[in-house]
Amino acid sequence: MSSEYLIQTRDLSVGFPVGGQLFNRRVLKAVNHVTLAIPKGSFFGVVGESGSGKTTFGRALLNAVPITGGSAHYDDGEVNYDLGDLAGADLKEYRRRAQLIFQDPYAALSPRMTVRDIIAEPLEVMGLCKSRDEVDERVREVAAMCRLNIEHLRRFPHAFSGGQRQRISIARALVSRPRFVIADESVAALDVSIQADILNLLKSLQDEMGLTYLFISHDLSVVAHTCDHVAVMYLGQIMESAPTRQLFEAPRHPYTKALFSAIPSLDPDDKGKVQRLEGEIPSPTNRPTGCQFHTRCPSATDLCRQKEPEMEICEAGHSVSCHRWQELQTAV
Amino acid sequence: MSLIDVENLTLQFKTDEGLITAVDDVSFSLAPGEVMGLVGESGSGKSVTAKSLMKLNPGNAVYSPESRITLHLDSGPVDVMSLKRPRDMEIVRGGSISMIFQEPMASFAPAMTVGSQMVEQLLIHTDLSKKQAKELSIEMLDRVGISDASTRFGQYAFEMSGGMRQRAMIAMALSTKPKLLIADEPTTALDVTIQAQVIDLMKDLVAEFGMGIIFITHDLGVVAQTADKVAVMYLGKMIEQGPVREVIRNPYHPYTKGLIDALPQLDDLEKPLMPIPGDIPSPLERPAGCVFHTRCGKVIGDICRTVVPQWSDTGENHRTACHLCAEG
Repeated sequence: MSSEYLIQTRDLSVGFPVGGQLFNRRVLKAVNHVTLAIPKGSFFGVVGESGSGKTTFGRALLNAVPITGGSAHYDDGEVNYDLGDLAGADLKEYRRRAQLIFQDPYAALSPRMTVRDIIAEPLEVMGLCKSRDEVDERVREVAAMCRLNIEHLRRFPHAFSGGQRQRISIARALVSRPRFVIADESVAALDVSIQADILNLLKSLQDEMGLTYLFISHDLSVVAHTCDHVAVMYLGQIMESAPTRQLFEAPRHPYTKALFSAIPSLDPDDKGKVQRLEGEIPSPTNRPTGCQFHTRCPSATDLCRQKEPEMEICEAGHSVSCHRWQELQTAV
Repeated sequence: MSLIDVENLTLQFKTDEGLITAVDDVSFSLAPGEVMGLVGESGSGKSVTAKSLMKLNPGNAVYSPESRITLHLDSGPVDVMSLKRPRDMEIVRGGSISMIFQEPMASFAPAMTVGSQMVEQLLIHTDLSKKQAKELSIEMLDRVGISDASTRFGQYAFEMSGGMRQRAMIAMALSTKPKLLIADEPTTALDVTIQAQVIDLMKDLVAEFGMGIIFITHDLGVVAQTADKVAVMYLGKMIEQGPVREVIRNPYHPYTKGLIDALPQLDDLEKPLMPIPGDIPSPLERPAGCVFHTRCGKVIGDICRTVVPQWSDTGENHRTACHLCAEG
């Protein structure tokens, strides 16, 4: 049985124990009941402010942090796994199929290894190639796909600029022929002129290799240009999830609307449909009751303060977690 | 009359690999109450240029003899280049020029309360008593929108969130009533929602205090929303400058155009992102002629590779250093 979704999560939660004493240990829920489905071959974006749990969500899908509640299911048509209890050979195989591209290309590459060794390491660690020649061939192949100069493979990372380093990180992530790639803020550390280049590269690699991406970012304009589906996270929960075009043309959740209006416009005379958010994201150890967003929401009512909203479907593929999305829609 | 005039600023760093040119013949001036956006990619020399105004660059910095920085104060012009001893620098550093840094966590001392750091600089730069300095500091914290300012005054930087630290930094920078504020990527480390709050705050404060601001950023959207005029830098060279509307709507230099085309914009999702080809060259291998020719799609011939382009007028108060200007 094969489904159209590569990843499906149901009420996925990740909690960390905080506080020193044994008896008043609290749980910080970084990801709180997230239900999402990532279609095969999609460029799926997750956006949110810092502290919204987007990175922890990505890590949970890679089995890099323990899943403390709910379930996550992986199915690529060849194999399917329940990510909650992966172990042994299955876990190894999943590691090959799911890879991560990091944010900071300066910190992610070992300064003591040549580019060739950096890219080859996953092949050697996972024992994917039988001979050194085979490794070399695969490294050259993937380096060419990532538009790295083959002659540079013997150099060390310090000789490369930020954009080139990020291409090396991408080559390393793709060398094991994964199906699922998580890009965690992978262009945030790059200059705009280089950022566009890396985004275009990720897109072309997706077509070539049939990849599914989970693209984690705080930058809405980048997400708008690259992803086909976007989920907006706030305090560990999904506030709104929709196909990119729908989300940007008709955002339903007040938080999404506020995020959009906070992006500085390139037009000096566009003072914006100003809808400034007051205050900052609350601490996840001290969550608000009711709707998580009510403390900063301009349209919060008593209902929002008391009762947590359910995820509602407002259009095909577009779901929102807000008590008042219908009223607010007609109000505008 | 202008507040600060920078003429022919050239700055090199002595390193083991040789002399590295960080700023190359940069000139600009700023009037009181004017906000100038200084834009460029990393390594373009924008921070070094701004730090030169206070001679804050490290000891291996060599300024060329033609470099002139003149600060016009009420008491008369100050030639910043001629200031040598740290004591003399006090009029400039923190006195008439204040600076806000990118990473507010790294710019507060971790072992002193935020309040004591605010008071310390007021005692150095003003005649206030300790008690008055404390009152002024609390008032400033309140002004930048920090609630419960007197409690916050006694807290350490780690007890505050990123946005609040940046507000405290702004409060501290403004408490000495500087004539010029240098803001070095003040919103880059912040979330968009907090960035919007900080930008609003800075606009209000300019209107109220009337100081000049040099706003360093790589984000053209932030510049469009804050600045009156823009200067674009690439590899230590200033390549285009002019009023913000002019430069953003009618960019002339291929590099400025490239920066704008590379920026993902929300109003047209179908528009493909156009990267600027190639990478920024290493400062050790500065290209001859026009510094941008190695990545430029509009090179018109050997003139770009050999001759340094001069400024040409490309609009009202709008100047560009590109050989294309001469071509017409």
